[in-house]
Amino acid sequence: MRAPTQRYRNILDFALSSLLRRKGRNLSLTGVYTLVVFVLASLIFFVQALKREARELLVQAPDMVVQRLVAGRHDPILAAQAEAIRSIRGVLEVRPRLWGYYYDPAFGGNLTVMANEHEPIAADAVWIGQGVARNMRVNEGDLISLRAYDGLPMLFLVQKILPTESELVSSDLVLMAPRDVRSLFHFPEGLATDLAITAGNPRELPTIAAKIVERFPDARPILKAELLRTYEAVFDWRGGLMVVVLGSALLSFVIFAWDKATGLSAEERREIGILKSIGWESSDVLLLKFWEGTVVSLTAFLSGILLAYVHVFFFSARLFEHALKGWSVLFPRYRLLPALDGYQLTVLFFLTVLPYTAATLVPIWRAATVDPDAAMRT
Amino acid sequence: MAGPSVRKSSIYLSLTGALAVLFLGMLLHAKVQAGRAMNQRESNTALVRSLGLTDLCIFTEARYTRHPAMADRHAAFQDHPMGLDHFPSGSLVAPPTFPSPHARPHPALPQHP
Repeated sequence: MRAPTQRYRNILDFALSSLLRRKGRNLSLTGVYTLVVFVLASLIFFVQALKREARELLVQAPDMVVQRLVAGRHDPILAAQAEAIRSIRGVLEVRPRLWGYYYDPAFGGNLTVMANEHEPIAADAVWIGQGVARNMRVNEGDLISLRAYDGLPMLFLVQKILPTESELVSSDLVLMAPRDVRSLFHFPEGLATDLAITAGNPRELPTIAAKIVERFPDARPILKAELLRTYEAVFDWRGGLMVVVLGSALLSFVIFAWDKATGLSAEERREIGILKSIGWESSDVLLLKFWEGTVVSLTAFLSGILLAYVHVFFFSARLFEHALKGWSVLFPRYRLLPALDGYQLTVLFFLTVLPYTAATLVPIWRAATVDPDAAMRT
Repeated sequence: MAGPSVRKSSIYLSLTGALAVLFLGMLLHAKVQAGRAMNQRESNTALVRSLGLTDLCIFTEARYTRHPAMADRHAAFQDHPMGLDHFPSGSLVAPPTFPSPHARPHPALPQHP
């Protein structure tokens, strides 16, 4: 009963000895392989976690946002249009939103200033996101100064700093009372940045959007489905750098593995020749090479995945920070929540192990079926 | 006298076994964290709902990277004549699909018989 297991153990022993005889080359191969798996797994984990957060969080976004376009650009919308839109059948609620961007010359970052009517924010007070607090180096109870439209400074008391866990949605937010937003930006009464619409039945949204465009031809309705689709498209497989990073990493690894496998040294050929001359069959040689490949693949795959998991979910993908940060001065430090599924891991397995196996299989098959006499003579 | 030597395959199988246990631990950790994540996500969804937020705060350098869902159609130099496309966020965001999702169908024209 033990014989088949023993045979595999013996071949595994032999495969390990064979790998250790060419220690430098095989260690470097395993190192590069682990690195490829690590980079690909980090990218996939990071992207999937962000997409999942977008899906879970933005499901609470307004059903529809209506903007007004003037000369092709987004312009403030008349709050009075809210009444007309509310009268459309199927519309439950229309909420004018008051928000805008504020460039802070002191630290050179962009902030999102927003009016909050639902929370008791006192006049001349603000609630700020963690990113704003970090960049301005302020705590609750401190005063911050923002330059109003006329260049005069306006002082605000930091009433609350939004929790760290919410940084993915609130890092650059400055929330204040609507009156303060209007004073800061000289935003006229009766205008809003856009209108947030809630519909009774989401399936009626396209009809409601069509009615809004019919009544207000300068309006641009953006449906929640489109918001969600935007985030599905962000970091998409087809998107920009992702293709370049993934494609070049995979291609260079396939070239590396192919080069390694086709460049069977004379010593290896002689070894195969000797093994066959002492009675090993081609299937045994293939099994030996299969074990050598499995040792390298399995070690690299498991190590790469584990390192990527720690990198993305414990260290917030620090290695990607410089690439993601870009020109941002205010960079949100969010800790992503692990989102793993069998599909991702299967994709990773096929993206990494399959190219390696495919690149090494043919040369090994050719070496294993070679005539032992010819192999030893070369 | 040297003791019985350990087989190489035993060392390898132990190490791979340890890696496999860590791998299972990773899956378990992700599962446990998913449970804890619900609380964190609930407070965030409450914030999104009460403020009517439309975008995640990932890239803050420009209007169209901060609020990709609310931005004008993607266009270079839209911030400033010297404002080149913000790299690399401009490259990470996929190009818009055509026809644009914001495009609305025109009202149907009467058909000639």
